[in-house]
Amino acid sequence: MGDKSVALMYAGDNYLRDTGGRRGVASWIFSTDHKRIGVLYLVSMLTFFAVGVSLGFLMKLEMLEPGGKLFAPQSYNALFTLHGVIMIFLFIIPGIPASFGNFFLPIQIGARDVAFPRLNLFSWWLYIIGGSLAVASLFFQGGPVDTGWTFYVPYSIRTGTDVTFAVLAAFILGFSSILTGINFLTTIHRMRAPGMGWFKMPLFVWSLYATAWIQVLATPIVGITLLLILVERLFSVGIFDPGRGGDPLLYQHLFWIYSHPAVYIMILPAMGVVSEIITTFARRTIFGYRAIALSSLAIAFIGYLVWGHHMFSTGMSDTAKWIFSLLTFLVAVPSGVKVFNWVATMYKGSIDLAPPFLFVMAFIFLFSIGGLTGLILGSLATDVHLTDTYFVVAHFHYQMFGGVAFIFFGALHYWLPKMFGRMYNLKVAKWSLLFLFIGFNMLYFPMFIMGYEGMPRRYFTYLPQFATLQRISTFGSWVLVTGLIVMFANLVRGVIRGAKAPANPWGGTTLEWTIPSPPPKENFEEIPRVKHEPYRHEEVVVQ
Amino acid sequence: MSQLQEAHGQVITSAEHLHRDAKGAKIGMWLFLFTELLLFTGMFLLYAAYRYIYSAEFHRAGLETNTLIGAFNTIILLTSSLTVAISIAAIERGEKRLSIAFLVTTVLLGFLFLVNKYFEWSSEISRGIYPASPKLMEQSNGENLFFGLYYAMTGLHGLHVVAGIIVLSSLVVLLVRNRITQSDPVKLENAGLYWHLVDIIWIFLFPLFYLIK
Repeated sequence: MGDKSVALMYAGDNYLRDTGGRRGVASWIFSTDHKRIGVLYLVSMLTFFAVGVSLGFLMKLEMLEPGGKLFAPQSYNALFTLHGVIMIFLFIIPGIPASFGNFFLPIQIGARDVAFPRLNLFSWWLYIIGGSLAVASLFFQGGPVDTGWTFYVPYSIRTGTDVTFAVLAAFILGFSSILTGINFLTTIHRMRAPGMGWFKMPLFVWSLYATAWIQVLATPIVGITLLLILVERLFSVGIFDPGRGGDPLLYQHLFWIYSHPAVYIMILPAMGVVSEIITTFARRTIFGYRAIALSSLAIAFIGYLVWGHHMFSTGMSDTAKWIFSLLTFLVAVPSGVKVFNWVATMYKGSIDLAPPFLFVMAFIFLFSIGGLTGLILGSLATDVHLTDTYFVVAHFHYQMFGGVAFIFFGALHYWLPKMFGRMYNLKVAKWSLLFLFIGFNMLYFPMFIMGYEGMPRRYFTYLPQFATLQRISTFGSWVLVTGLIVMFANLVRGVIRGAKAPANPWGGTTLEWTIPSPPPKENFEEIPRVKHEPYRHEEVVVQ
Repeated sequence: MSQLQEAHGQVITSAEHLHRDAKGAKIGMWLFLFTELLLFTGMFLLYAAYRYIYSAEFHRAGLETNTLIGAFNTIILLTSSLTVAISIAAIERGEKRLSIAFLVTTVLLGFLFLVNKYFEWSSEISRGIYPASPKLMEQSNGENLFFGLYYAMTGLHGLHVVAGIIVLSSLVVLLVRNRITQSDPVKLENAGLYWHLVDIIWIFLFPLFYLIK
């Protein structure tokens, strides 16, 4: 494809310049352009991420010394609850689909927008309303929520803190997520460019497709569950109140029926990004395309049936426990399929160690640790020992931060030149990754050991025997935050003052690399006709 | 570009035209209805679990609900589903006035349902049956849960009726202003689907709370 001629044709017309007749902020927050909405999500999400990181940073600071010198116990309860609520509901669940998915899904399938552009904007507004409500609930009368992000009953019904608003916020955020899911499913079904059959779609699109199904099928369940907490608090109906015949375990079931699949809402799109990045920087076609595509669906399906492994120590039936444990191990199969195919793709490839690729390498390392420790937690006998300890905290931070967030950053480094038409400093990016990687492992690896030795999660203080490991962990948080600051400073500087990025800086093969950077308002002058699978490197020229 | 449309069977010339993908709009609506069903599924699940644990108490509590009003409301909602279907059929044949008349009838039937609901709930509340009422607190846990679920489930359903009335009323306006036409009836069709969903959920609520005694 003649990239240069296209670039000339579109000179002066890109989505950043075309404000759609509005001015300033209004040209963003009322725009129905999927690219602008993607950027909106990106910016708002990273803002909430910064708040979440700060809360986590403060929690680690509290742990520098035993005895809770910095915060009172109740403040610490509020800190871990807010850290969880913000990171999960405001950063990692909307995460990659809402930001990069919104921006690149239509472009990768050769469309000009999503199926319902106005609904897309509405989703963002719901996200902002929900997010603001969650943050505002901090300052309302009852004080910040102290239930933990899971809002477990009966405590969430009895506590005097403002659970009502936090739960309402989570409900609104869930609704936003559902609408995005519906939008993406319809878009993928209806708007693929002529010739793009299902097995000619990029793997990122496949992962978004599987994710969208989970969003649609699982989120309503948590919606109703959270609504029932609201009803319970307002009218005291007694549905989950053990004092009145209700069963708190039913709440946990309903909560995890969504919240476990939600883990795959977070990780599947990240896996999709990994597939894109590996094939681009290994300069080889992806190994086992169909296996990777279908394993996304398999993960989505099996992931729906494993929620009980969050409840091994609750006293539910033993038969249910071992069935859930078995199913949990089964999820490892499609996940393994992906990892082996990624590694096989790199075999005999011509690997370019650019920042996005290095982020993926860090991801595979951290995610493997997170995955293997997940097997330990998935086994009944070991889980009883480790449940509600730092081991669990370390495990899910390796998955969520080391897995999803590292790929979120990898995606930023991969697609930023396309989104803003400018390049960041590659060397600084690599240095920031080094800081992140070292800081991350210093922060979270000691938690595995502490958890194994019995340090419970969510405590504002600890026994003196944990002092050394806690301190290493706190130092690690400083290194990690340094890495984050360096990374974002470098990216922001790149967006503002970086060198102009060409249309295809990495040698990517999917459709977004065939249009200029930043993309024109309507993405494609003429809708492309797709004739072959996405990852064919022969015809691509790196600029 | 027109060849492309023919090849692909849809209009993809520019962003504005994307809104006119009727089939896409239908897909989106069905997915949304599915999420609505799942929303209620969570509560049906709770009902099933508690009915299993407290079957005798649920039986006793079930005797207290008013089957006559429940049956009457079932008839009203079923009829309103018919009228909205006729309204859609009418606009597809280009009969705008007929379509408006039947849509207005549907809205009125929706109101009638709510009026009934109002009298039903106030009669129960006046008898001291409402969440955490002194009367209920003296009764067994099972009966409490029955009425807890009764108010929560029919209440959420009632909210859906209200939402449906708002949507259908705004569609009356769109019909009058010719924004919904014979060639582009998909908004009305989708609203009709939503109304049928409200109907079908009631069809399950009715036996669970009024018929099983």
